[in-house]
Amino acid sequence: MSTPASQFKEPLESVRARVADDLRAVVAAESVLSDIESLRPYECDGLSAYRKLPLVVVLPDRIEQVQEVARYCFKNDIPIVARGAGTGLSGGALPIENGVILSLAKFNRVLKIDAQNRTAVVQPGVRNLAISEAVAHLDLYYAPDPSSQIACTIGGNVAENAGGLHCLKYGLTVHNILKLKIVTVDGDLVTIGSDALDSPGYDLLSILTGSEGLLGIIVEVTVKLLPKPECARVIMASFDDIEKAGNAVGNIIAAGIIPGGLEMMDNAAIRATEDFVHAGYDVEAAAILLCELDGIPDEVEDDIESVKVVLAQSGYTQMQIAENEAQRQLFWSGRKAAFPAVGRISPDYYCIDGTIPRRALGSVLNKITELSKEYGLRVVNVFHAGDGNLHPLILYDGNVEGDLEKTELLAARILQLCIEVGGTITGEHGVGMEKIDQMCVQFDSLELTQFHAVKEAFDEKRLLNPDKAVPTLHRCAEFGAMHVHKGQLKFPEIERF
Amino acid sequence: MQTNLADFIRHTAEGAEADSILRSCVHCGFCTATCPTYQLLGDELDGPRGRIYLIKQVLEGTPPAHATQLHLDRCLTCRSCETTCPSGVRFGRLLDIGRHVVETQVGRTVVDRALRKLLRTILPYRNRFGPLLRCGQVFRGMMPPVLKKMTPPRVAAAPWPDNRHQREMLVLNGCVQPAIAPNINSDTARVLDRLGIRLITTNDGCCGALSQHLNAREEALKFIRRNVDTWWPHIEAGVEAIVSTASGCGVMLKDYGYLLREDPGYADKAAKISALTRDISEILETEDLKKLRPNTKLRVAFQSPCSLQHGLRLTGRVERILTSLGFSLVAVPDAHLCCGSAGTYSILNPTISSQLKKNKLEALGSGAPDVIATANIGCLSHLQSEASVPVVHWISLVADS
Repeated sequence: MSTPASQFKEPLESVRARVADDLRAVVAAESVLSDIESLRPYECDGLSAYRKLPLVVVLPDRIEQVQEVARYCFKNDIPIVARGAGTGLSGGALPIENGVILSLAKFNRVLKIDAQNRTAVVQPGVRNLAISEAVAHLDLYYAPDPSSQIACTIGGNVAENAGGLHCLKYGLTVHNILKLKIVTVDGDLVTIGSDALDSPGYDLLSILTGSEGLLGIIVEVTVKLLPKPECARVIMASFDDIEKAGNAVGNIIAAGIIPGGLEMMDNAAIRATEDFVHAGYDVEAAAILLCELDGIPDEVEDDIESVKVVLAQSGYTQMQIAENEAQRQLFWSGRKAAFPAVGRISPDYYCIDGTIPRRALGSVLNKITELSKEYGLRVVNVFHAGDGNLHPLILYDGNVEGDLEKTELLAARILQLCIEVGGTITGEHGVGMEKIDQMCVQFDSLELTQFHAVKEAFDEKRLLNPDKAVPTLHRCAEFGAMHVHKGQLKFPEIERF
Repeated sequence: MQTNLADFIRHTAEGAEADSILRSCVHCGFCTATCPTYQLLGDELDGPRGRIYLIKQVLEGTPPAHATQLHLDRCLTCRSCETTCPSGVRFGRLLDIGRHVVETQVGRTVVDRALRKLLRTILPYRNRFGPLLRCGQVFRGMMPPVLKKMTPPRVAAAPWPDNRHQREMLVLNGCVQPAIAPNINSDTARVLDRLGIRLITTNDGCCGALSQHLNAREEALKFIRRNVDTWWPHIEAGVEAIVSTASGCGVMLKDYGYLLREDPGYADKAAKISALTRDISEILETEDLKKLRPNTKLRVAFQSPCSLQHGLRLTGRVERILTSLGFSLVAVPDAHLCCGSAGTYSILNPTISSQLKKNKLEALGSGAPDVIATANIGCLSHLQSEASVPVVHWISLVADS
């Protein structure tokens, strides 16, 4: 394993000027940004705690240009970080000092809608929600709906294998795409997957999905579309105890019901979002559950009755069923805007997305509350309860010295807790830069070596988003990770400090 | 977001305000989704989040260059981002501060300065813009197509009703509207007359928005004070409301109190005026509209101006009024996006503006309407230059019986 390439011998500024000049021969002059002033807004994605100025930013609008840029960078050993809308929460699009940011935001057209086969071919910069909007007149939609769906792009969704409120029932991005066109590190255009559900050879589509920009640059996506459910209704239940709410989630699934979405918000999240959406959330509740049931009307009615019974057995304090579509949308709008709405109660937040077995929800949430007290930092919980995908938001103030460092320590503790109960460090946001050290905890060195072998099969020079998602063994050694494997800490009898 | 403002602004009132706005932004990027320029150009720097970053940089002490100014200039100030923002970032206010600081530090070219000065010297004055437009309208037939498009044909106004009513409201005349579409306020007066309200007109002037958005803040305050002085006797006499028939001006009137908050002689009066200001839709939605019998045979596409939906946050009100009166409204996709008019933007950024106009007209035309209705004079004149159906203020549809 080599270290990332492109160790320039000349000063960074002259490299910057040269690379920018060269790239201006490939794309329009105004589509190459190289002055520091213009580069600054690209120094981070949705995780603004981590920042790095890129060498240059290039904004192509044709696939051939992407290929040219890739070829140029390959020849000159310049790393490439692909970027969509920059809404990612794990620093996946965090620039590299000596690397190019390749923005795919200009690729924002829906190329083809095939109602008969229920597919759409879209460019990578198309917003997630824009796909559903474009096919709404056919009563179709694209199922994965990350909370940032208004802004995040499908290319980024594929790179992170994004989930969303409805992935409990309808799957993640990987279950909802058929085919990708990617540009390889050396500039070839390759089609992966096919218009059919299966294609011969290895299932490379699954390897590419969630590969966080390490294996190729996504330039076209064929997505599956689903018919809009005939009927969808949402139940909102309040609980006076967070553990009770957590247990209710497990009870619903155990009763054999697969809700379209099953989400939980704790009191702090309820208050912050209610302030913005005025959805009628119960601001006194310790937690609320939003449970959506969809399908044909009879089926939905039956499910609602069953869920009501389970909720009653689980000890809810209040329950409300959305009376109409507008109210259903309103109930969800608060949940979808919950993260940024937290901006109303804290200048900064740090979001992690550890995922745990449903049965552990209650105990882990209580443990998080304890850790929150221990570190003196508020934690807001708003998450995909149905699939155990937590999203603890740690609130901090970037202007207070040491606050971010403390936040990172707390985040690491929470992720470690997730692994200890048999879970993982990420459910849908990706590892990026944010959770790279926790990868050392989740996987042992043999496993990581295999991951690197996959990377090298696609990108031997390690130019595509290097040093993200999969840590080098060297990094893990420095991190001094405790290796927890399959929930088992090695040598648990040894006391750790 | 972490901030560290530079000494030159840190301890000023503006600095404190900018800091609190910057710190409310969590950098989620939702705003980019509904930003007209980001959707068109796909560059972070042409979206609200990027602009916030550019402004932050300047306020933290990095001297700006042309790039920052360009991207801030490209903002339409439509404030669509504010409607989208879950964190409550007051972007419009931050932009005002940012533009001012950047202009102070970077300056402008002679040509740019001259153009802006020219706009400020003509447009806000009825006695200058009016005659010029008349002149243009006389020679309209002989003009090359480009100029002809820019010169709206002359519109006749119905007579102002002269009935006395116990209820009285005051209407803003403003600057360009009486010259381009004198019928809007007279139609408003006729509608209100039928509802038993007398609409009073005074010798007021430009609301000040034009100067304010061209970064001539003192000039804007002069216009504001003049209007406050003109209206004050009527307010003391007990007018019920100050009616705005141009949503762009309405936003400005509602800001009077804020803009003059530190002027001891005017703060209270300005605040009172802001409190009394109502968009005409806010008046109609509380009245008994059964007294109105408009001719509702036309299919209407309503273009909701940004100042109405994002500035005044009155989304859906006009549509509800028109529907309740019996008009059939066609669906308009992407209704949240700006038409590209945006005050003087169409003159200063013609390329982006005309692309947005094209997109907007396509969206408005997709339901095959007979007429396009809007609520702001800027959008009206901008859209009518290339629309294939008439573009009117919606109150004119209501007045037409």
